[in-house]
Amino acid sequence: MTTTTERKYPAPAVNPEIKPFFDAASKGTLMLKKCGACGQAHHYPRAICPFCASDRTEWITASGRGTIYSYSVMRRVPVPYAIGYVTLEEGVTMMTNIVDCDLDAIRIGQRVKVVFKPTDGGPSVPMFTLA
Amino acid sequence: MTIKGKAYIAGIYEHPTRKADTQSLAQLHAESAMGALADAGLTKDDVDGYFCAGDAPGLGPLSMADYMGLKLRHMDTTETGGSSYVIHVAHAAEAIALGKCNVALITLAGRPRAEGMATGTVPRAPVAAAPDAPFEYPFGPTVVNQYAMAAMRHMYQYGTTSAQLAWIKVAASQHAQHNPHALLREVVTVEEVINSPMISDPLHRLDCCVITDGGGAIVVVKPEIAKRLKRPLVKVLGAGEAPKHQMGGKIDLTYSGAVWSGPAAFAEAGVTPADIKYVSIYDSFTITVLITLEDLGFAAKGQGGKLVADGNLISGVGKLPFNTDGGGLCNNHPANRGGLTKVVEAVRQLRGEAHPNVQVKNCDVALAHGTGGSLGTRHGSATVIMGRE
Repeated sequence: MTTTTERKYPAPAVNPEIKPFFDAASKGTLMLKKCGACGQAHHYPRAICPFCASDRTEWITASGRGTIYSYSVMRRVPVPYAIGYVTLEEGVTMMTNIVDCDLDAIRIGQRVKVVFKPTDGGPSVPMFTLA
Repeated sequence: MTIKGKAYIAGIYEHPTRKADTQSLAQLHAESAMGALADAGLTKDDVDGYFCAGDAPGLGPLSMADYMGLKLRHMDTTETGGSSYVIHVAHAAEAIALGKCNVALITLAGRPRAEGMATGTVPRAPVAAAPDAPFEYPFGPTVVNQYAMAAMRHMYQYGTTSAQLAWIKVAASQHAQHNPHALLREVVTVEEVINSPMISDPLHRLDCCVITDGGGAIVVVKPEIAKRLKRPLVKVLGAGEAPKHQMGGKIDLTYSGAVWSGPAAFAEAGVTPADIKYVSIYDSFTITVLITLEDLGFAAKGQGGKLVADGNLISGVGKLPFNTDGGGLCNNHPANRGGLTKVVEAVRQLRGEAHPNVQVKNCDVALAHGTGGSLGTRHGSATVIMGRE
C-alpha cells in the first residue's frame, strides 16, 4: 500500500481571467466555464469559447463528481503522488491529483468526488478522492 | 503548390558529445553547424537561411547569426519543442521552393547534464503566462507522468502491455550496440525493461529516453546546389505538421497529432506506409513510438503493441526497422529535444551511411517523425518523408 502523504502543492499563478475559479475553489466550489452561444462547457476556463469563439462564456457550478479517465503514480520522488485526468459529469476532463486514498488502489473508471486542497501561499485547488 | 522535390538535405551532423562540460551553448550550436556544412561541402558563407528553436541562446537567430558571422535573408524560429527541427526541414523546403533562400541551416544544441537539469521527474517551471499552467502546475505534472497517463489509458482501452512497450527499448538497444557515440550501448531484454524501477506507472526507467548534452545540424539546399555537391542525393518528398491539445477538455490521450501530420506528409509525398523502408520515430518514451506508429498508419489504432513486439522494429530482423542509431532511448536526446537526430539518422539510412550492422537494404524512402511537448497535454507533431534519388 502506498499512502498519500501530503506534498506541498505549488500555488497557481492567478490572473483576472481565471480569478473567479480560484476564489470559488478557496470557498469549496468547483466552477466551470460554459458557453452561452454553443451551450458547451470547457476546461481550463477561458473568456473566449474554444469551440465556437463566442465571448458569451459564463461561470457555472460543477457537480464535483466524475470518473478517472487516466492517472499515474509518480514513484521516484520523495513523496509519491497520483496525477490524473478526471472526466466530470458535465463532460469535461481536467488534470488533477487523486488524493486521500491508497495510491495502489486507483483505477481508470473509478468514481471520484472533488475535495479542495490549499496550495503553498495561494488559493485552494480542486483534487479528487474515491467516491 | 508542393515542396516535393523542391529541396534536398545536403548536410547532416550529430555532435559526438553527450556531456558538454567545456563548451558553451552557442559553441555547441556553431560546432554542429560547421559539422553539417562540412558534410555537405559548403561553408558558412553559403548559408542564407537559418532555422532554430527555443534551445538557441539569446534572441535565437539574431544571437546565432552574430556568433557565427552569418549574412541571412531568411529566418524561422518555429518552436514546437523537440519536433521543431522536423518542421524546420519542411519550412526550409518551403522557403527554398519560394526562392526565399538557397542554403538553409538548422541547428539544435543543449547542455542539460552540464547544467544539472537532467531530470524528467521534477515539474518544469511553467513558461510565463502559459494559460494552462494554473490548472496543471499545482498537480505536479512532469515529463514522465504526463506520458505515463497516455500509456495508462492506451493499456486500459486497447490491452497494450508493458512487455510490448519494452520491445521498443529492446530494438533501440540492439541498434545502439553498434553506435560508438551512444550513451547506452548495452543490449537489454524485455525482462530487464519490465524489471527496471517503476518511475511513474506504467513507465519504468528503461521506458524513458536518455538525457544528454550535445546538438546537431541539418543543411537543406535547392536542387541545383544539391546536384553540384559530392553527396548522395536525399530529396524532401512531403511533410505535415499539426498541434494536438486538450480540445477544451474533450481529452483523448490515445492518439497524437500524427493522425494529421502523417496523412498530410504521405499525400504530399505520394507514398503510403507500405513504401517506407525505414522510420525514425521520436522516442521520448516507449509509448510515444507505439502511439505514433499507429497514428501514422503502420498499425490500426490499438494494434501498435503487436506491431512493435517480437523484434519487428529491429533492423535485419523485423519488417519495420526504426531508430537505427539507438534513438533517444539509447543514443542521444540532446537538449531534451530529439527531432533533429531523427532526421539525421533517416538521412544516413537513405545515403547508405548508417552502421553496416543496421543499414537497411535498398533504403529508398524513409520517414522521420517528431513529437514535441507532451502526449499528456499538448504537443506538436511533425512528419517528413524523404527519398533517395
